[in-house]
Parts: sequence; structure tokens; C-alpha cells
Amino acid sequence: MRQRIARRLSAAWRTASIPVLSTALALVVAGVVVIASSAFTGNGFQPLLPVGAYLQLFVGAFGSTTAIGNTLVAAAPLMLGGLAVGLGFKAGLFNIGVAGQFLAGAFAAAVVGASLATSTGIVAVPTAFVAGALAGAALGFIPGFLKARTGAHEVVTTIMLNNAIGFLLTWGVTDLVRAPGFSFPRTGDLGNSALPILLGRNLHIGVPIAFLAIFVIRWLLERTTVGFQIRTVGANPNAARYAGMSPLLVITFTMALSGLLAGMAGAVQMLGVIGFYASGISANVGFDSIAVALLGRSNPIGILFAALLFGAFRAGAPLMQITTSVPVEVIDIIEALVILFLAAELIVRRVFRIRAARAVPEEIATVTRTWGEQVAR
Amino acid sequence: MIVVDFVVYLFTVLPDLLPIILGLATPLALGALCGVINERAGVVNIGIEGIMLWSAFNGYLAGFALHDTIGAGPSLALGIATAVLTGAVLGLLHAWLTVTVRADQIIAGTMMNIAAFGITGYLNRLIITPSGRGGAGVLGVLHLPPEVIGLPAVGPIIRMFFEQGPIAMSVVFFVIAIQLLLFRSRWGLRTRAVGEHPKAADTLGIDVFKQRYLNVVLGCAFAGLAGAYLTLESTGSFQNGMTGGRGFIALAAMIFGRWTPVGAFLGALMFGTATALGVVVNIRVPEGDLGQILKSIPTFWYAALPYLVTIVILAGVVGRSIPPAADGVPYEKEGRA
Repeated sequence: MRQRIARRLSAAWRTASIPVLSTALALVVAGVVVIASSAFTGNGFQPLLPVGAYLQLFVGAFGSTTAIGNTLVAAAPLMLGGLAVGLGFKAGLFNIGVAGQFLAGAFAAAVVGASLATSTGIVAVPTAFVAGALAGAALGFIPGFLKARTGAHEVVTTIMLNNAIGFLLTWGVTDLVRAPGFSFPRTGDLGNSALPILLGRNLHIGVPIAFLAIFVIRWLLERTTVGFQIRTVGANPNAARYAGMSPLLVITFTMALSGLLAGMAGAVQMLGVIGFYASGISANVGFDSIAVALLGRSNPIGILFAALLFGAFRAGAPLMQITTSVPVEVIDIIEALVILFLAAELIVRRVFRIRAARAVPEEIATVTRTWGEQVAR
Repeated sequence: MIVVDFVVYLFTVLPDLLPIILGLATPLALGALCGVINERAGVVNIGIEGIMLWSAFNGYLAGFALHDTIGAGPSLALGIATAVLTGAVLGLLHAWLTVTVRADQIIAGTMMNIAAFGITGYLNRLIITPSGRGGAGVLGVLHLPPEVIGLPAVGPIIRMFFEQGPIAMSVVFFVIAIQLLLFRSRWGLRTRAVGEHPKAADTLGIDVFKQRYLNVVLGCAFAGLAGAYLTLESTGSFQNGMTGGRGFIALAAMIFGRWTPVGAFLGALMFGTATALGVVVNIRVPEGDLGQILKSIPTFWYAALPYLVTIVILAGVVGRSIPPAADGVPYEKEGRA
């Protein structure tokens, strides 16, 4: 019994060691950046600044029940967005379009939510939520369909859609669905469409929905035929075709499902936090989601922990900036460093003297294909 | 009828349009050159946006810091040099990640974009905003004598290419030079060999790794110059995220131009024209039905156009654009015991 637990723990450490050590190294390097940059401020050189800053970051993320609520609320869209990116990775697809699908989901949820503001919540909330999810799915379907049908690479098409959709939604909120009575273009108030608060000040129902999604996607990937097909196409599309699967169908379906999750992230953020759509609402979630999926190794449980970590960063950062005047953008720096160390594992291996592990099939499946290789028809 | 009206209208506003098109196209064209030089050697770079932003910031910071000590002219020159150097150094990082470490190239580019957004936002908030000082100044525009500008027909065209700052003016030169080098020089042949069939190139004694390093660093220096244009020639200030997707339109221009410098430049000019037209239409409204139609097209559509056009081209609806064969595939020497 004891041996089995030990074996399980060591197996877990084998998968988690690189992500955990990458995060630790990223925090150290970002700390060096903070120290170095402190020399250029009015306060002068402060070698202990990162300690204070990270402490405040921790207090801001976990220091009170409200803070913990903020962390969970910030983590919810990251879980959904991380699942969206991770699901794509499993099929060998890189959905950079989460930012755009997130915006589309937020927009649709805001518009439908505002139009149902006076209906009963039991109708308004699910309708607005589903509208957001479907908008994301529609936007995810386009690159999937184009890839399957014409071979257009999903990385380029999703990048282009990200940028185009931003302008088109700004046009939508300016000319089509602008609510009267506000000084700038925005959608109307959500009223009864806002996500109900379950606990404390801010813990809305989107948080349990996101947790649920983690386990649904885990079940889908590991226990269903569809999940098996997604993983097979990701590992080897040719083998999948010889086995009688249709890689093109799987690609289209996976991109649409990925977009659905990203749209859900947008809907959760819109109905639970932001409250109305206006030009320039943050699509940070889109890029955080890539980091979350990479850090979680595309594994739903890994994504859960990675999303909680980045949710804590995002929730704690404002307090850190106020009390220690270390800018919130340090979170973006940490995020980039985490991705850097994950992409270049050998840095982490050198620093911590870890031997290269044998390649695990799970990890191979997260390697994306760039536009040199195309799926044979 | 409407089409005729539109062409007539285009000709009437052309004198207003031409001088601003090249400026709008400059960062796109330089970014697209970066893409062409990188991807022709087989390295995908979606981090152009980030490299542009980071270089724009560093160039601005250098110009800003040195402005009061060494004067406007030298500080601007050093600012440009800093931006180009920043681009090259970031290119070195991208090359190390993609060529030596063989990291996923898309992930490396994404990392670059996030890192650039973070570090520039961080330092902007920490150093530039609290200083409350003025900017680094802007590079001046060449002023032509009125007789030249007044010339019928060619006047506006001369203004388009020569009544510009030094970076915008240099773009045409760089585009032609890289086009010639890419298709007429030893470097160009090696670049294309490494991007199409690295194994064959290796067999013939071309150092694939070295060639890719060289191209990524060189290309990213151009992205750095694009950044310098934004802060030191176009606006004279730095705002967070000021590249505003230009690095991605540059990718679009590259694809539109089928991975050739001249084609990419034409793509950049086209996207620049779309943006300029979106502005001009609202200032000089054409008369009649055409005015109604053009005004009813929201400005946002002009802005979204380059991206949508790229998707259409990539999907092969009109004239398929095909990347170099080994684009994005890391090279691995085999059989080393």
C-alpha cells in the first residue's frame, strides 16, 4: 500500500516536475528583473523588493475569503480557456484564436443577456450563457472547417480572425446594439442575466461550471470514442486514417468544441464579472489560456492547477502594485518566462540537473504541427 | 456606374491619399520583410508583433534618455540603432529557441509576444510615465520645393515616396535589395534551399543551422526598424501595445505577397491604402449614391479587411498562397554517432 502511494507520487512528480520547476525559475528570474528595474525608480535600488512584492501577491490572492473568491473567479475563465487550448493540442491543433472566441462569446452573452435583462433568471442566465458558448463555437468552427477543407493553417487563420473579430465587434457595439443612455458605445445592463452569486461577495456560479468542465473534458478525452479519436489524430493523423477515422472530421469537431469552451470562458467573464460589452475589454484570458494549457501539459487536471495559479496571479497583482508599486505587468513577464522555460526544457534540466525523461506519448501529443506539414487528405 | 464613380473618386482623392499610404505601409512592409527572410529559411516567426513592440520601446527609451544630453539628432540616430539592435538580439533568442533547442516555433513566437507586451508595459509604468518628461522627438520629413510638389500627375507620386522620414523612404530600397538578393545572390539561393529542402542543402555543404540563425537575426533587425518607425518617426511617443496588431498584418502581407519581398510590399501598400481610405472617406465624402454607400461602410470594416482578405487567400478561394516546403519544421542532423 505504502509502496503504491510512493510509486504514484513519483509518477506524478515525473509529469509535474518540469512545469513546477519552470514556474519556480520564472518567479526567480522575474524577481531579478524587479530588482534590476528598481534601480531606475525614485526609490532607488531595492534588493529585497521581490520578496515583499511576492508576499503582497500572495496576500492579494489568498489573504481573505474575498481574495480567495477573487482568485477562483479569475481562474474560472482560465480553466475554460486552458481547456480550449489544451483540447486543440491533443488533436495536434494550435488554437491561438481563444482570444477572439472569448470576445465573441462575451459579446453574444452581453447582447442576449441585456435583451433578457427583465426575464426571470432561470431563463435569462442559461440562454445568455449558451449564446456565448455557441458564438465561440461558431468562430472556432471556421478555422477548423477551413483547415479540413482547404488546408489553411489554423494558426494563421485564428490569428487573423482574432484581429478581425475585434474590429467587427467594435462595429457591432457602436452601430448595431449600442444601448441608449450611455456616454460611450456599450451594451445594456445585464439585470437578471448576471450569473448568480453563490458565496461571499463575488463567487459566481461560473466557478463550479468551470470545475465541472474540467472533469467533463477529462472524461471525454479518456473515456469516450471521440476522445480516443482526438488523441489518435493528434498523435498520428495517418494512422488514424488507416484505422478508419476521419482526421478532417475530427479536426473540424475539435476546433468547434475548442471554440465552444473559449466562448464559455467569454460568457462566464461577461455575465459574472464585466457586465457589459464595450470596445477594449480585456482579452487577456486568450493569451493566459495558452500559458495555462502549456503549464498544465494539456491535461485537464494539470490545467485546473495551472488556471488556479494564474488566477491567483491575476487576482493578487493589483494589491501588489498598490502596496509595493511593482507594476502588474510583472505577471505577463512571469507568464512569458514560464512559457520560455517550458518551450526550452533544457534550461530547466540544466539548472536543476534533471535527466531527460523518456518521451511519454501524452507529451508527444501536445506538439503542434506548423505550416510546413499538412494533413494528407 | 457605381464602380466608375468609385474610380473617379479614387483619382480625385489620390493626391491626399498617396502621401500617407507609404507611412501607413512602412511598419507592415518592414515586418513582412522580417517574415519573408525568416520563413524563406524555414523558420516561422509569429513573434514579429512582439519584436516590433519591444524594439519600439527600447528605441524610444534610448532616444528619451539621451535627448537632453546629446541633442535631438544624435539621440534619434542612437534610438534607431538601439531598436534595430533590440530586434536582432530578440532574433537571436528566437533562432536559439527554434534552431538549436528545436522548440515549437509557434510557442516561441507566442512567448515573444507576451514577453514584449509585459516588459514594455512594466518599464513604461515604472520609468517613462512617472518621469513626466517630453518624448524623444521625431525624425523630420523631407520637405520638397513647391515646384516639385506642384508638378501635374507625378507631383503626388514624388510626394508619396520622397516627402517622408528616413525610415519610410528606406523601405523601397530595402524591398528591392532583399528581392534581388533573395533571387539573385548566393545568400538568397542558400536561404531558399534551407527553407525548401534542408537535407539536400546540408548534403551540398550548406550549414543549415548557420543559415537559419543568420536569416532570423537579419529579419528581426528589420522588425526592429519597424518598431523604430512607430516611436521615433511616426508618433514620437510610446503607448502600451501600440503596435496594435501591425505585426500580424505584416504576416498577412507576407502571405498575400506569396513570401516574396515585392509581393509583400504590395500587400502592405494595399492594406495601408485600405486604412487610409477608411480615414479619407469620412473627411472628403464623395457625392451622390457613392457617398451614401462608402459612408455606410463603417471604418471598422476597413480595419478588419486585411485579416479577412488573408483568410480568403489562405483558403485558396482566390489564388492559393503556398509557403516554403520546410517552413516551420526544425532541422535535425541525422546519423551522428
